[in-house]
Amino acid sequence: MAVQRKSDIQILDGNQAAALAAKLSRVQVVAAYPITPQTPLTETLSQFIEQGDLQAEYVAVESEHSAMAVCTSASLVGARTFTATSSHGLAYMHEMLHWAAGARLPVVLACVNRAIGAPWNVLNDQQDSISQRDTGWIQIYCRNNQEIMDSVIQAYRIAESVSVPVMVCYDGYILSHTEMPVDVPGQKDVDRYLPSYKPHTTLDPANPKNYNLVTLANPRVGVEGKLCHGYMELRYLLQEALQNSRETILQAGKEFNEIFGRDYANMFWEDREEDAEIMIVAMGSLAMEAIVAADMLREEGIKVGVLGLRVFRPFPKSDVVRALRKSKLIVVFDKNISYGSEGATCSEIKSALYGTYINAAIRNYIVGLGGRDIKARELVDATRKAIASLKETVLNAEYPEWICQI
Amino acid sequence: MKVNAVNLTEQEYILPGNRTCPGCALSLAYRHILKALEGQCIVTVPASCATVMHGMYPITAVNVPCVNTPFASTGASATGLVAGLKALGKKGITVLAFAGDGGTHDIGIQSLSGAAERQYDFMYICYDNEGYMNTGNQRSGSTPLGAISGTTPVLGKQQYHKDMPAIMEAHGIPYVATCSASYPLDLYEKVKKAKTIEGTRFIHVHTPCPPGWLFPFSDTIKIGELAVETGFVVLYEIERGIFRLTSASESLARKGALRPVREYFLQQGRFKTITEEQIEELQNWVNARWKQCLNRATNL
Repeated sequence: MAVQRKSDIQILDGNQAAALAAKLSRVQVVAAYPITPQTPLTETLSQFIEQGDLQAEYVAVESEHSAMAVCTSASLVGARTFTATSSHGLAYMHEMLHWAAGARLPVVLACVNRAIGAPWNVLNDQQDSISQRDTGWIQIYCRNNQEIMDSVIQAYRIAESVSVPVMVCYDGYILSHTEMPVDVPGQKDVDRYLPSYKPHTTLDPANPKNYNLVTLANPRVGVEGKLCHGYMELRYLLQEALQNSRETILQAGKEFNEIFGRDYANMFWEDREEDAEIMIVAMGSLAMEAIVAADMLREEGIKVGVLGLRVFRPFPKSDVVRALRKSKLIVVFDKNISYGSEGATCSEIKSALYGTYINAAIRNYIVGLGGRDIKARELVDATRKAIASLKETVLNAEYPEWICQI
Repeated sequence: MKVNAVNLTEQEYILPGNRTCPGCALSLAYRHILKALEGQCIVTVPASCATVMHGMYPITAVNVPCVNTPFASTGASATGLVAGLKALGKKGITVLAFAGDGGTHDIGIQSLSGAAERQYDFMYICYDNEGYMNTGNQRSGSTPLGAISGTTPVLGKQQYHKDMPAIMEAHGIPYVATCSASYPLDLYEKVKKAKTIEGTRFIHVHTPCPPGWLFPFSDTIKIGELAVETGFVVLYEIERGIFRLTSASESLARKGALRPVREYFLQQGRFKTITEEQIEELQNWVNARWKQCLNRATNL
């Protein structure tokens, strides 16, 4: 549907886009601890609040663990909450990430992707958020600053619809500190898209309830004789919520398009997949670099397409199968490594394809760790090398190759 | 009118049949705390004996709204409750953080210190049973010198306990008080007073633990009284810097004599290996602190 609206193009870096999106989402409690490269986002939000441009409580916590604890408890009394972090901060939050998801609280977190120590490194890779993939959060990755802006706003729609927290991930420096034109949504339109938060449960002395009590493995009968869930049933419900959240994510993306004219009714971005024999898979800003690599390979007459993963959790298994159905070769670039195995997105792709008729060869390259520059030319060379390796007729390489000096 | 056993509210917020051990001082203290708050509170509780007391889903023994939160996060959870209520414009609700000494002196000190430094408007009550009792009595930062525990099983603890109220006073918060479960009306009065004060308020409650300290279930009150009568525990409050002795400690100060601290140790199995040198050391420590309190008290 064509939408008539005046655009408001501003030149923003990724952190400014995220901060502005949180403001437009009318967050009520912000708790954050500064960490490179997230820091300017935190500062911008505190400035909005101190200047009175955003009616919210800014809690300058003493740690990321506390940042998430503030968010979970504030969410439990009914406030819309936001936090942001990177790397070590996200790792330090790990325990509380489980609690936010376990308690089914719609917290939204911006993760400015950064490498994790030891040794110290402040530059970009995705090891931090990938390390948190099993905490029960929805994870959305952005390719550019417009997507950061739009994804944070959509994140609240999704989180509050399915009662699952959402992590919006974007690459440190590559996006966080790089200015791009961003079409900034108007407040009235955002208000129309995002109604105020209506919590499923709140803590209120007028109706005392005890939240997160010790819960046994088996269901247990309550005082009114009703059989209530055991711990395992609660975990099943969280898995079910993530499994079913695909529809909500697509719907949130579709309705976003109706109001703002940018279509997010997808789980990943596809580029020239119609006739592609070779598909490059990448996540975050790397997916944009992959498009440049595909251009170069197309010039040589090689039919290459790109699958840019947007939603990593829930992982869109059936959509991936559909998108890769014509591929003879899938080249997966990962900015993370599951030590002793392979890149996380490669494992997901393989898992999705198992048992389908798709018999494509898969090659996995680990790239860009700790901010190592990734040139489109390197993606091209790696793809060519993958094509050459097909002569060996090995569909599945046991371990990934690394684009580095060893 | 001062509260007494007759005019104390009959309303109960802790229901019968909870999971605390027989003779548990924590449940006695908590009962009076919630009475003083008249149920107009939201409680946050980290991993602790209080978690056990709150019950197992879907049944709870505590009739006030509560969130259970991970061990290290109590101060931050309280901050979040306050921030959320403020953002929503909800008033008249006291946010209470209720944690043990492990959750306060040790794993929770960072988030508590952060919250107090930010001067968030909540009450933090530490019930101090001087060890990690929920996991079966291991040493904490509050376990006294000479006490046997699961992780000081042979020699007893070789270090002094941490003076948590002093640490909290150093944060410049408006109200710090010490209490004992053996003096529930003193505790009740202090919670009542703290309720009217804005900012971070810290109350430390001595809660003897029969299975951990190895004394008979029937002796909880007696052990708590002995701690105060020997000066091992001193009951005081510091309201905006003004120090007052209260309750039994105030009476002892006026009468002028503490019982020897040895009497307190002899009643508890956890001190069975305490040495004469350690008793002497602790007696000197008690005497020095008592002198400090007498000098500092503005109400004698």
